[in-house]
Amino acid sequence: MKRWLVLSPLALLALMIGFGACKSRVKPESNEILFWHWMTDRDKVFQELAQQYEQQTGVKVLVRLYAPVEAYSQNVSVGAQTNSLPDIYGILGDTKIKASFIKAGHVLRLDEALDADNGAWKKSFYKEALETSYFPPVNQFNVPQGIYGVPIDVMTIPMIYNKKLFSKAGLDPNKPPETWSQFIEAGKKLKESGVTGFVSGWAEGWLIYSMATDLAHNLMGADKVMDTFRGKVPYTDPQWVELLGAFDELKKAGFADNSMVSMLNKYAEQAFATEHSGITFNGSWSINVFEGMNPNLELGVFRVPALSNKFPRTVWGAAGSVFNVNAKSPNKEKAVAFLKWLTEPDQAKFMLGRTKNIPATKGLEKEFPAIINDFAGMMDKSIHPSRFPVSEEPKVIETFTKGIQAILIGEKTPAIVSREVQAAKEKSLKLNP
Amino acid sequence: MKVFWRGIFSSLTRFRASIVSNYLFVLPALIMFLTFNVYPFYKVFQMSFRDWNGIDPGGGTFIWLNNFKEALFYDSTWWESVRNAGTITLLALTLQNFLALVLAWIVDRGVRGAQFYRSVFFLPPILSGVVVGLVWNWIFRGEAGILNRCLTQIGLGGWTHAWFSDIRTALPALAVVHMWKGFGWAFIILLAGFQGIPRELYEAARVDGANEFSVFWRITVPLMVPVFTLVGVLTILGSMQLYDLVVVTTLGGPSGHTEVPMFTILRELTDNPRFGYASCLGVVFGFILVFVSIVQLQVAKRTKAE
Repeated sequence: MKRWLVLSPLALLALMIGFGACKSRVKPESNEILFWHWMTDRDKVFQELAQQYEQQTGVKVLVRLYAPVEAYSQNVSVGAQTNSLPDIYGILGDTKIKASFIKAGHVLRLDEALDADNGAWKKSFYKEALETSYFPPVNQFNVPQGIYGVPIDVMTIPMIYNKKLFSKAGLDPNKPPETWSQFIEAGKKLKESGVTGFVSGWAEGWLIYSMATDLAHNLMGADKVMDTFRGKVPYTDPQWVELLGAFDELKKAGFADNSMVSMLNKYAEQAFATEHSGITFNGSWSINVFEGMNPNLELGVFRVPALSNKFPRTVWGAAGSVFNVNAKSPNKEKAVAFLKWLTEPDQAKFMLGRTKNIPATKGLEKEFPAIINDFAGMMDKSIHPSRFPVSEEPKVIETFTKGIQAILIGEKTPAIVSREVQAAKEKSLKLNP
Repeated sequence: MKVFWRGIFSSLTRFRASIVSNYLFVLPALIMFLTFNVYPFYKVFQMSFRDWNGIDPGGGTFIWLNNFKEALFYDSTWWESVRNAGTITLLALTLQNFLALVLAWIVDRGVRGAQFYRSVFFLPPILSGVVVGLVWNWIFRGEAGILNRCLTQIGLGGWTHAWFSDIRTALPALAVVHMWKGFGWAFIILLAGFQGIPRELYEAARVDGANEFSVFWRITVPLMVPVFTLVGVLTILGSMQLYDLVVVTTLGGPSGHTEVPMFTILRELTDNPRFGYASCLGVVFGFILVFVSIVQLQVAKRTKAE
């Protein structure tokens, strides 16, 4: 009796867990597609398009928004662990995370669908946009070659400047800085005219990292950057120290917002939109935000200024909102068909009009507002970690971005930071040889 | 005889039935407790010995104590975050609780508008951490911040500061926000404690000629020890587990100077992602909190005995 009394709750618990687990795994094929996303600004557009799709095909698309991105990522992660991912979802994170999902069998390889009809669907995208979901035959994660995601829109992250504030500071609004020293001079002049020279949400490490990788590509070229990621070139190399020195120069010039290193990007967007700052470093998506806050802004864009003239100036970009199809879903064909429909020019044009994001689908350039055209025009020289042949370890990136923050607050010198990053790199190489 | 045995049998049946019914009443709560407390803790503990990214099927590989070795001896970022949380906790334990104690004592003395103060002081804790963070971000922000503008207006322009971006002020500024939000809890609990002390004790002491300080030191303080202990433990647990304010104000910056353990654990979960290591940090952190709480309870017990 006693034993029974003790065991009964445990048995009931086991049954509950068992039933819970079963429920999440058994999902018959249906005329409904479940679509998870994280973009609050695009939710309404997706809902409307889903309704249109149902009217046209009879297939119901259930659009589910999970925000903020942390909550979304956790949902996706739990979905992967319990085999309850939706039919369509996006993986947020670096190539390593994407590779883990693919290797665990959660992502459908899309080459067959993309190559059908002489590759018509594949050809409809910007090449760079598709490359963000492509794994080459030989890759460090041992993922089978192929394309695993469908891009909906793309972005570029250049420098954005306020033309009116440039004029007020005596700068030519049609001649943005091209070199780092010109950028420093422009920033000082903006400061003298009564506004902050530069602002960006550099509490968010990824924004610092994107500018730093642009500078690194310009200063030492892609090959040397990748060799550093491979562990062949140390971060203590003089060119890496020189790159870190650019941030030291930025600090010493004194025109950047003094609270930038603990500023979230949305505050930086506010500061720029309200004309408290002349230059910002932000993505193409921010145009919608700026217009919403201040429709009278006159904006221009330029690539991250050059530290050297040996290699081209790059811009982080081409990656954007990418969606994946759940390889374990019984509705995978329907999911692919929906994504194909979603990226057709009509739907892409609809999204462009509503969200002002650069579509991943080609052929709509004439529809772009002028400023979006400027952003899109930078895609040819774009770089992005998802297209790098080698990925840097997150711990090293963390040490690198924290180091740049430390330089910007005058806590550390470029030489010290370079040694710390190298130490983090050596540790990561030991853990993941 | 038959009647006797029937009586015994029916009593036994009733006894058994009452045991069964007692257990049945406890069962739902027990199931909930096992499902939502014991099982997750067991899973976290189990994962802390594994190297797993949270995605690969099979739950990764068993790596013995490697995660613990890394957390305890090699992860300086982790210990810096613990130290930051410890600093905030120390400030909250002393400044926040001292202020709460003084104000609760004053309100308990029947000051005019006591009801009003009670409501006002309890406002910050009921606000969401995100809202509080946004408001204080507005106050502490660099050049455009309200505090800096006020300082400039009153001729103290030299005192203006990038409060959240300077390594000397970022952590104290975050602690101020945290204390402002948490102070109301301590105030309400301490006030309830003061009001629970029988007034006759005070009257008797005064009749015996005790002055205000003696009354406070020899009657109020000893009787308030359990309340101080409760407030202390809650302050430690609340401050060490700070997260939302950090996300909204500094994101752990500048350069990790306001990073706290919950932030580090979540970053290991989502950015890196190392589920096994994050679980290990969770276990280590849990033990730190238990240890600190036990120490505090022991100190309180000894103080009460004295």
